[in-house]
Amino acid sequence: MRTMRTNVGARPDRTSGRARPWAAGQRPAKGWRRTLWRMARSWDAYLFLAPGLLLFSVFTLFALGFAFYLTFHEWSIIQPDKPFVGLGNYRDLLDDERFRRSVYNTAYFTGASVPLTMMVGLVVALLLNQPLRARGILRVMYFLPVVTPFVVVAIIWKWLYNGDFGLFNYYLLKANLIEEPLLWLADKNLAMPSIILMSVWAGVGFSMVVYLAALQAVPEELYDAAKVDGAGAWARLRYVTIPMLRPATLFLMVMGIIGSFQIFTQIFVMTQGGPVDRTTTMMFYIYEAAFKFYEMGYASTLAYALFAMLFVFTLLQLRLYRRAYE
Amino acid sequence: MTSPLGALRVRGRAGSADRRTGSGQGRGRRSLPVLLAYAILVPGALLFVAPFAWLVSASFQHVGDIFSWPPQWIPEDPTLDNYKTFFGIPTESTRSGASADVLRWFANSVFVASSITVLQLFFNAMAAYVFAKRTFPGRDTIFLLFLATLMVPPQITLIPNYLVLKHIPLFGGNDILGQGGHGWLDSYYGLILPGSVSAFGIFLLRQYMLTIPDELLDAARVDGAGEFRVFWRVVLPLSGPALAATAIFTFIYAWEDFLWPLIIISSPEHYTMPLGLALFVVKNRTAWDMLMAGSVVATIPVLVIFMIFQRHFIKGISLSGLKG
Repeated sequence: MRTMRTNVGARPDRTSGRARPWAAGQRPAKGWRRTLWRMARSWDAYLFLAPGLLLFSVFTLFALGFAFYLTFHEWSIIQPDKPFVGLGNYRDLLDDERFRRSVYNTAYFTGASVPLTMMVGLVVALLLNQPLRARGILRVMYFLPVVTPFVVVAIIWKWLYNGDFGLFNYYLLKANLIEEPLLWLADKNLAMPSIILMSVWAGVGFSMVVYLAALQAVPEELYDAAKVDGAGAWARLRYVTIPMLRPATLFLMVMGIIGSFQIFTQIFVMTQGGPVDRTTTMMFYIYEAAFKFYEMGYASTLAYALFAMLFVFTLLQLRLYRRAYE
Repeated sequence: MTSPLGALRVRGRAGSADRRTGSGQGRGRRSLPVLLAYAILVPGALLFVAPFAWLVSASFQHVGDIFSWPPQWIPEDPTLDNYKTFFGIPTESTRSGASADVLRWFANSVFVASSITVLQLFFNAMAAYVFAKRTFPGRDTIFLLFLATLMVPPQITLIPNYLVLKHIPLFGGNDILGQGGHGWLDSYYGLILPGSVSAFGIFLLRQYMLTIPDELLDAARVDGAGEFRVFWRVVLPLSGPALAATAIFTFIYAWEDFLWPLIIISSPEHYTMPLGLALFVVKNRTAWDMLMAGSVVATIPVLVIFMIFQRHFIKGISLSGLKG
């Protein structure tokens, strides 16, 4: 009963409360007591928030701070003492050949797989955006890899790439495209392209669906106007469709880059970073540093480096994003 | 690819737009572009499905036939042994070690993914409700805090969370200061709890709940409903579509999750399906036949959920105002 009355009482408060600035400085000194009173009155709201907020505080907020703290320490789970090393971890990072290698590999993977996935997805979407009767089933077929657990996808492809029994070698040999079996994942120059090919296959369905949605939102009138102006199919694609798809393109780019900076599962299942570190990506290196060599401090430093790079990229892209909408 | 939410959101748009299909391109001379489209799309789609087809086919083959050259697309001597081994049913040629805990992995995955889904729905909805429908000091600050962490990649919290779990007091042989044992590592708590709240889920539900008229809530309060009752009997049922949408992709995401279980789980009886399968491959065990069957079984739940609820969450997402 009491709750009920308080809440009904809170109603007018809410409407006027929107307009009132909450910034602490603008409130009179006695406002503190009022704030406390308000807090006490909405005790049940805090109760509702408590479980989520508690988990969030521990596993996200605290974790963020703790990770930062770790970057200044040599922290091994097997050693009892965890000495403060100042910027030592950061200095190590700069001289670390493997770290540079992993950044290069991640950039290689991202630079190839993101544009490819987007382009193939766009082509498929453009083709599917026609009045096709089999469109529904075709869409599901292209989308299938996206809903398949990634570990399963990686297992299938590991098998396809198998040097002795893999389907790739079989069909390439049969078509006389290669003369002897390729080693794919075990070949230091082919390993990363193989991973990229597999990731493109797994990701095309997603960009196709995004583009398809964007295509269907392009107003028909634009095409009609372009036709009246004498634009051919190619010109309409180039000057109407593609510019109209820019928000979708940027969205896919942001998501794609964030995702591929964190590539891990494929690497773990298919190559374990080999051969000779050719597929050691940043995430795989972090994993190894933390859970193979137990260097939690250094691994956290690596993680923050990854975060910093992602952050810069995201900012750049948000800039692009804003420009796209202007 | 990374964010199931993104996929979902857009999937929703694609679906709803589908109904007014038949866009005007090529309306004049329909046949040529359409034929061209089929000529490219159909072979492409077959290429996309081929690996699955082969997986399913291999899962019904004897281990010797999987290695046959040329590969068999249609098993010459189909067998259910792989699935039987998988489910622990004895077969004539049962190899030791292959079947061990596999059914257990599957059960673990079901349990963990369902628990994460239920907890996340509940916790997210409660938080979303107060963010959307209540006024209290600190609300906006806390909400912004949640939103700000959306940018943080999960990798960065991996290591600290591992250490936090290791030092949870009084669990896994730890003393009250969290020393001595392994805490929540290698336990269901560790698998479930860190994933049982999501800033994005809260955000999504809040946006949806904002559209529920306050009058409905007040009416319930006037009728004497307590705050939890209002939440449980009014707000939750009205948020059905948004809840369903988040539930589906939370489940799929939890089902597929690999890195977190890999890090914290060490004993095979706690393996989830993806973890078990991946470690199986990495350790170069030779039971490829069983592995194929396992992969099929691991894929089926997400596939079924996707197929059944496709339309449901399309509706939910278009309702939740995330279209723009």
